[in-house]
Amino acid sequence: MFLETILLAFRAIRRNALRSTLTALGIIIGVAAVTALVTIGNGTTQSVVSGVSRLGSNLLSVRSGEPGGAPGSARSTARPFNAADAAAIADQIGGVKAVAPIASAKVTSVVGNENWETSVAGTLNTYFEAGQWTLASGRLFTDGELHAGNPVCVVGETVRQHLFGKSDPIGQALRLQRIPCTVIGLLASKGAGAFGMDQDDIVIIPLRAFQRRIAGNVDVDFINVAARADTATAKVKRDVENLLRERRRIGTGQRDDFSVFDMTEISSTLSNITTVLTGLLSAVAAVSLLVGGIGIMNIMLVSVTERTREIGIRLAIGALRRQVLAQFLVEAVVLSLFGGLIGVAIGLSVAAAMAGWLNVPFVFEPTVVVGSFVFSGLVGVLFGYFPARRAANLNPIDALRHE
Amino acid sequence: MPSTGAVLIKLQDLARSYGQGSATVNALRGVSLDIAEGEFVAIMGPSGSGKSTCMNIMGCLDTPTGGHFYFRGLDVGALSNDQRALLRRHYIGFVFQGYNLLPRTSAIENVELPLIYRQMGARERRALALNAMRQVGLAGWENHAPNELSGGQQQRVAIARAIVTAPALLLADEPTGNLDTARSLEIMNLLIHLNRSEGITIVMVTHEPDMAAFAQRIVRFKDGEIETDQLNSKAA
Ligand SMILES: Nc1ncnc2c1ncn2[C@@H]1O[C@H](COP(=O)(O)OP(=O)(O)OP(=O)(O)O)[C@@H](O)[C@H]1O
Ligand SMILES: [Mg+2]
Repeated sequence: MFLETILLAFRAIRRNALRSTLTALGIIIGVAAVTALVTIGNGTTQSVVSGVSRLGSNLLSVRSGEPGGAPGSARSTARPFNAADAAAIADQIGGVKAVAPIASAKVTSVVGNENWETSVAGTLNTYFEAGQWTLASGRLFTDGELHAGNPVCVVGETVRQHLFGKSDPIGQALRLQRIPCTVIGLLASKGAGAFGMDQDDIVIIPLRAFQRRIAGNVDVDFINVAARADTATAKVKRDVENLLRERRRIGTGQRDDFSVFDMTEISSTLSNITTVLTGLLSAVAAVSLLVGGIGIMNIMLVSVTERTREIGIRLAIGALRRQVLAQFLVEAVVLSLFGGLIGVAIGLSVAAAMAGWLNVPFVFEPTVVVGSFVFSGLVGVLFGYFPARRAANLNPIDALRHE
Repeated sequence: MPSTGAVLIKLQDLARSYGQGSATVNALRGVSLDIAEGEFVAIMGPSGSGKSTCMNIMGCLDTPTGGHFYFRGLDVGALSNDQRALLRRHYIGFVFQGYNLLPRTSAIENVELPLIYRQMGARERRALALNAMRQVGLAGWENHAPNELSGGQQQRVAIARAIVTAPALLLADEPTGNLDTARSLEIMNLLIHLNRSEGITIVMVTHEPDMAAFAQRIVRFKDGEIETDQLNSKAA
């Protein structure tokens, strides 16, 4: 009987194919919107979290300029740091694993005919440790190279692709502006960072080489500090702030002219924001599902009126009221599940396309698919029940006489 | 096959009124009538005399507001909605003036409809429906939708649907009301045949004396009461 009821529903739906499709359209759009938004939202959250974690866990980034600017924002005109600041942090603060002073600039690098505008960072080997970089091939700087500021460099994957193509970069020459430089190492790829920038688009040279040959000063733009796993980053952050205030002679009551960013904190804040946004957008999309449900109810009511005679006939030949109820309920549920199915398919396709376009990962979440499918079924039950009950409660005599 | 004598339907001082207060319409006011198994009864009477109301009660579609209706000794007035539906499902077939077939549904599917509610398998259902279609002379028309059939053919599909369950009682409310004389005679011959060879008790409402003449017994209604109840000597 149950199978019969489902077949009956399919037949009724097919008999009014156009109207059925239009009815399901509300559900299709609602489910597609929810699926697409949640999938994209999850992808964004994941990309933010993994991007920040790829910067290095327990990483603090110290920048000059007043707090309030975002990491990556334009460099302020505030007093720069110097190598001694970094050394002081490493020496005087407990729980610190690696401290890397960094000076950087955008520089055009050239190999043969190939040009590539990339960021060049002058730093120490601690940079790799703090940022949890690993080498794909080659080696890091020697103490001698660091001390002397030799023109040697470690390149990121993106730079390798653009400048060296398929050939092995190790040992080859690279020009940074006019400075020839030998490639000694290739970094393992990390992919996109938390803010969409490509972390692999980088050339790293010894700090002294940068200061002497590119910047022409002894400034350090920022300092990366990696805390040890057993140490709270918040404590290290406080210690770094106190130390730098002291070194930069900032009196009590005066504002800091530098800021310390806790990447882990930023990561969780960002992922919270994207999660909340995803939730909000999905709630808005869910409203459209509800509207779709009302559409189903509307059409089912029309259908009940239109098929009053049919209902009368069924009742006359011995259908029980609950069988008529089941018939119309199943019809509504089949219709909305059908809408849900198409909606999920459209939503996932849209999400996949948008993921490619927004450069975030496509995170297929089965719970989203199952959830929207179940939800559309519930919409069918909820909004199909009222019309179905109306059908079941018709008086067979009146129904048979209905024109 | 003539009456076997056992009482199939017993109406006892049956009353049915609609509305309340001064607007009350007494459609039936004390109808007593016994119909035996195997009888072919025609009900006649002027418009508004309560014929359809009486048929609806006998068909377990409606309940009386007074008196009793016994179906094979069972007091239908005391039954629940679902119990009456089951009575209809197992013992009663309906034929209406307006055919009442499901639109956009093939003849054979229309005929199968009552069997679906009997939880019968598809194969058995199809076989019974084909047989019923043959009985009403519509073999070969199984896959036509009602709008592709003439009025007479549609009514025969409706009869096939009514008899496919081998009911004890066939209720026909003006079955020939929409048909010309030739088509009407065909339907009447079909009903006579079903009554005689299948032993189905038939109660038929008609306005046409020519059609009533086929019945063994003619009951005349007037103003919600039985005016006359006569055996039909002319019945073949
Ligand atoms: N649902 C109803 N509500 C109110 N009054 C009704 C209803 N059904 C029937 N009646 C009234 O009951 C009376 C008998 O109606 P019924 O349909 O039984 O007549 P009938 O003998 O079948 O007439 P006809 O030959 O025109 O079909 C009529 O006066 C009618 O108006
Ligand atoms: Mg009538």
